[in-house]
Amino acid sequence: MSKTNNQAAIVGIGQTEFSKDSGRSEQQLAAEAVIAACKDAGINPEEIDGCITYTIDNSDEVDLLRSVGCKELNYTVRLPQGGAANAATLYHAKNAVESGVCDVVVIWRAMNERSQYRFGQPTVSISPDANSSTFIEWCFPFGAQTPASWEALSCGQYLSKYGVTSEDLGNIAVLMRKHAATNPNAWFYQQPITLEEHQNSRWIVKPWLRLLDCCQESDGGVAIIVARMDKAKDLKQTPARLLSAQYSFLFNHEIISDFYEGDLTGLPFSERVTEKLIEDAGIAPKDTDVAMIYDNFTPQVLRQLEGFGYCGPGEAKDYIADGNMELDGKTPLSPNGGLIGEGYIHGMNNITEAVRQIRGIAANQVENVETAFVASGVAGAILGK
Amino acid sequence: MRPDPILRIDTAFFWEACERGEFVAQKCGPCDILWHPPRPMCPKCHNTEKEVQQLSGLGTVVSWCVAVRPQAFGFEESPIAALIELDEGLRFVSNIEGVAEEDMQPGIRVQVAFADTSGGKKVPVFKPVSE
Ligand SMILES: [Zn+2]
Repeated sequence: MSKTNNQAAIVGIGQTEFSKDSGRSEQQLAAEAVIAACKDAGINPEEIDGCITYTIDNSDEVDLLRSVGCKELNYTVRLPQGGAANAATLYHAKNAVESGVCDVVVIWRAMNERSQYRFGQPTVSISPDANSSTFIEWCFPFGAQTPASWEALSCGQYLSKYGVTSEDLGNIAVLMRKHAATNPNAWFYQQPITLEEHQNSRWIVKPWLRLLDCCQESDGGVAIIVARMDKAKDLKQTPARLLSAQYSFLFNHEIISDFYEGDLTGLPFSERVTEKLIEDAGIAPKDTDVAMIYDNFTPQVLRQLEGFGYCGPGEAKDYIADGNMELDGKTPLSPNGGLIGEGYIHGMNNITEAVRQIRGIAANQVENVETAFVASGVAGAILGK
Repeated sequence: MRPDPILRIDTAFFWEACERGEFVAQKCGPCDILWHPPRPMCPKCHNTEKEVQQLSGLGTVVSWCVAVRPQAFGFEESPIAALIELDEGLRFVSNIEGVAEEDMQPGIRVQVAFADTSGGKKVPVFKPVSE
């Protein structure tokens, strides 16, 4: 009983609209999302005593606190590795509240990634004294300058080895857009695509990534409130308990430019996260009821499905083609439409969808959801009722 | 034209070797291990006195891509970027020259050459091994 009372849960979720031109600052988007999450939970923002975001989020903690009116923080942390930080935020929030360091942790991510700057374009402002991660130095003079090109280079061996075709990748985009089409919060609401439209979409990076293989560039903010179950019991919403959240990063690996270590056809860090989740929660990702898998690019979904144990090596394209991840399939994939269909708030909107699925209030609600899996390559979390 | 390499304290030796037409990797002598990308310290013995070893310049294409939209920054036309497995067991991102895009495939054997950058520097690129 005490263990249950001490267990972390997501008690509030908030977001702005997802658009291509928010018309306001990222700091405002962050504050709006945090306040929306507090209202959703029934928590006074003054109670927030910990906050977590990504290293590359542009909103400063000082500015956020000034806007939302928190009184005292016991804990702030920023996570590296871009969107791979997504599920890792839950790992840190869970540890912060279960250890007693914090009572109420807010996680936020806000970006004007379409209107203010473009993640998908070459970064030209790289200086020798920039952050020490060296990957751009070894790609930039060779014209591999965008996430799409790093993805193409890192997934190429997997796709070649298993004979994955552009049509196989298209099946994933079609599925994400089908789910988004019936989600009013999705940018691509009521805009499903056919495989033919995918095949006719222009190349972004040959020979693997067409426009419709890429996630969106979006403006918007998302926030999540995490507290212990002893507090969650008195709040407004059905808590989404964090049954386990895990992170693993391995020697000589990188995130999207993961070229230098080991067999490139697998995702060893996802395999490690899976082992840790099973050990900690007693449940495997593949045995949960909903799969929220980070879909920055379609090939990433295939490799993660295998890395997180949904199917064996090389089987992911058929696993999807066989309908396992449809809304009425074995484990529906991102019923919100994911980052391809709903919006790209750096993965955070996949966590909020997992929470809605646990609560039973999602636009594309899967029946009888008891558990949901959220994954972002090097991190994963299992949520439960 | 091709952008200049980004020189940092820990990596300048590599780009300077390119100026001399040498393709090199960092090495720990006592541990006899070679690595890329460069780093300040041997991950095994923590020696900071690294050696620099000339590589054979031979390798095999693992994967490749061409940026269509947006085009590669700085280039007149996007080059073929490739991940190459060097014969020494290291992997290196570079360009493939002298192969048409439609003829690209994994497994092509390549050897190093050097290409000029906009600022008069040199970077290693790869061409098919001449028989
Ligand atoms: Zn050593």
